Amino acid sequence: MNSAVLPQRIRTRLRRRHAAEKRFRCYGVVALCFALAFLFVLLATIIINGAGVLIHKRMLFEVVVSEHHGDRYGAMIKDSWKAQFPEVTERRQRRALYGLISRDAEFLLRERLADVPVPDNGIVVLSVPFSSDAGEFLETDPDKRDSFSKRLSTEQRGWLERIEAGGKVETVFNSDFFLNADSREPEVAGILGALIGSMLTMCVTFLFSFPVGVMAAVYLEEFAAKGRLFRFIEVNINNLAAVPSIVFGLLGLAVFIGLFGVPRSTPLVGGLVLGLMTLPTIIIATRAALQAVPSSLRYAALALGATPMQAVLHQGLPSAMPGIFTGAIIGMAQALGETAPLLMIGMVAFVADIPDGFTSASTALPVQVFLWADSPERGFVEKTSAAILVLLAFLAVMNSAAIYLRKKFELKW
Amino acid sequence: MHPIPVTTTATATSEISSEQGEDCVEAGSSVISARNIDVFYGEKPALTNVNVEIPRHQVTAMIGPSGCGKSTFLRCLNRMNDLIENCRVKGNIFLDGEDIYAPEVDVVTLRMRVGMVFQKPNPFPKSVYDNVAYGPRIHGIASSRADLDEIVFNSLDRAGLLDEVRDRMHESATGLSGGQQQRLCIARAIAIAPEVILMDEPCSALDPIASARVEDLIDELRQKYSIVVVTHSMQQAARISQKTAFFHLGELVEEGDTERIFTTPKDSRTQAYITGRIG
Ligand SMILES: Nc1ncnc2c1ncn2[C@@H]1O[C@H](COP(=O)(O)OP(=O)(O)O)[C@@H](O)[C@H]1O
Ligand SMILES: [Mg+2]
Repeated sequence: MNSAVLPQRIRTRLRRRHAAEKRFRCYGVVALCFALAFLFVLLATIIINGAGVLIHKRMLFEVVVSEHHGDRYGAMIKDSWKAQFPEVTERRQRRALYGLISRDAEFLLRERLADVPVPDNGIVVLSVPFSSDAGEFLETDPDKRDSFSKRLSTEQRGWLERIEAGGKVETVFNSDFFLNADSREPEVAGILGALIGSMLTMCVTFLFSFPVGVMAAVYLEEFAAKGRLFRFIEVNINNLAAVPSIVFGLLGLAVFIGLFGVPRSTPLVGGLVLGLMTLPTIIIATRAALQAVPSSLRYAALALGATPMQAVLHQGLPSAMPGIFTGAIIGMAQALGETAPLLMIGMVAFVADIPDGFTSASTALPVQVFLWADSPERGFVEKTSAAILVLLAFLAVMNSAAIYLRKKFELKW
Repeated sequence: MHPIPVTTTATATSEISSEQGEDCVEAGSSVISARNIDVFYGEKPALTNVNVEIPRHQVTAMIGPSGCGKSTFLRCLNRMNDLIENCRVKGNIFLDGEDIYAPEVDVVTLRMRVGMVFQKPNPFPKSVYDNVAYGPRIHGIASSRADLDEIVFNSLDRAGLLDEVRDRMHESATGLSGGQQQRLCIARAIAIAPEVILMDEPCSALDPIASARVEDLIDELRQKYSIVVVTHSMQQAARISQKTAFFHLGELVEEGDTERIFTTPKDSRTQAYITGRIG
């Protein structure tokens, strides 16, 4: 289109309008890039920090199982370890030496001996983790190992390098991290306990908040008389969605633990507290989704003689399902990342066992992140980032499940 | 514009008079009578003192300018007004002599007997089959799978849709054309064998050809059902109805045989409306 035919005044204005349009788009692109850059830096940092957790160094360790130690596995480990360094005599040196292998070694030995009988020569070959500092030292490039001068003595470094030269050090996938629960020793601390704790907690949260939330929303939307009480409840549900999460923790402590005697530190009580927190989100989302269903469908069902319940179950809810799932996933994602309320109900306790049910003591992923980030040992730094990655992965899996469900319901149309 | 020549009006109406005699005995006796109906939305009156008789096995047309309360009145007949928050209905409506606003009346039963077709086609987002089967299913009308099949096929057949959807019974009903959807809604309504079918401007969202098909269908359905049609098209009222009620500003101005209303209206407002001076 040739704008030359237009009057000068309009042409100038047109030029300015197009320029404004371009500027507007630029702002958008800049804002988007800004957000993406932050996201990228964030993710990259976490991945770089956490990736190291995937592999670690272990030692192939020949333990001499001797009768006179009985079941003192720690002593067997120490003796066998000491035997490899004949020059070590002083008590102080011995302590430094023992500090190089993980204190977990004796448990590994006990487990091994429980499963497999001792061979005739009395020697059991065990793959044991190094202590956190020693492991990190061995993972470091030989040229850059000087930075460890503060954490490991020259003597200790010498011993480690000797072991390494002896070919007894192996680099393996760190299955400990994925299969263990928390531990005081960073080298064997794992995420599985917290992961299962989070899964169990999320199950409780979903099973509690989804049905209750959807029911409440259906009632409010389809059955409740829209009077003053209704508006009061409506306003309060909206307010509840904005209540700081720690308040729900206090409530859980007082009501679930104090009043009903639900065992503390368990996925059950954690799930209930998070469920309470998620409830308003689900109610609000469900109501919005129900409102978005064309009322003509409901009327069609009612005019055919459906009861109001049938109308909403057959026509309202199925069409609203995608929206309800979207709301539920937002609520669940929030709940998954929530730390504060769990601190109030004791899920912050140190739990070295993988929870085996809804009422066994447990922690949750974000709490685990918090605990590790708070630990003074250097070995936990890497674990913290890795735990965040596991948390993000869990979130991604949960979201995909929701998207899948949503698609499935959409296809029914 | 309209594909149906104006002369149809004359034929249609002359047919009625000849048919009335040979229809079943009850034809013409009233199936619904409304007495002193007042409707308010909040404080605002929407209908005042409406008295009207709906004859059995005939088509009754409700005409009038937009906003005069035709839909409001229609919704009184199956108590769909109950669903509107601030709507209040006063007066009595008798269906076969029974007051449908009496406290002991069950609206589910009422709506089984008085079906409704809406202005905009509103099929459920389900298959064609499931749409028609919905009513029989919730009421448990069919005793077996075969029985249900028969009800569905019969209803579609009576709605003149069977041949068009025979191969797509299990495809989504939302894929049908607007006219087909509206006939599907009619099939859905007749699947529960109501006595009365209420239709609120059933053709207003349809193109002229689809409208003509629905009009023909309404004329056929009159054999088995009593029909109340709201329309703002006088031509349509003249073509399909035997009785006409004219509403204006919430009042029932005039009612009577369609032929008479259109030829010798008593009220000046009716005259003004049918000659196109109001509306
Ligand atoms: N749900 C409602 N709430 C309030 N007023 C309404 C409602 N429905 C209709 N009305 C009013 O009642 C009057 C009659 O409306 P309606 O019955 O829809 O007229 P028609 O169908 O003849 O066009 C109109 O003035 C309209 O504004
Ligand atoms: Mg209307």
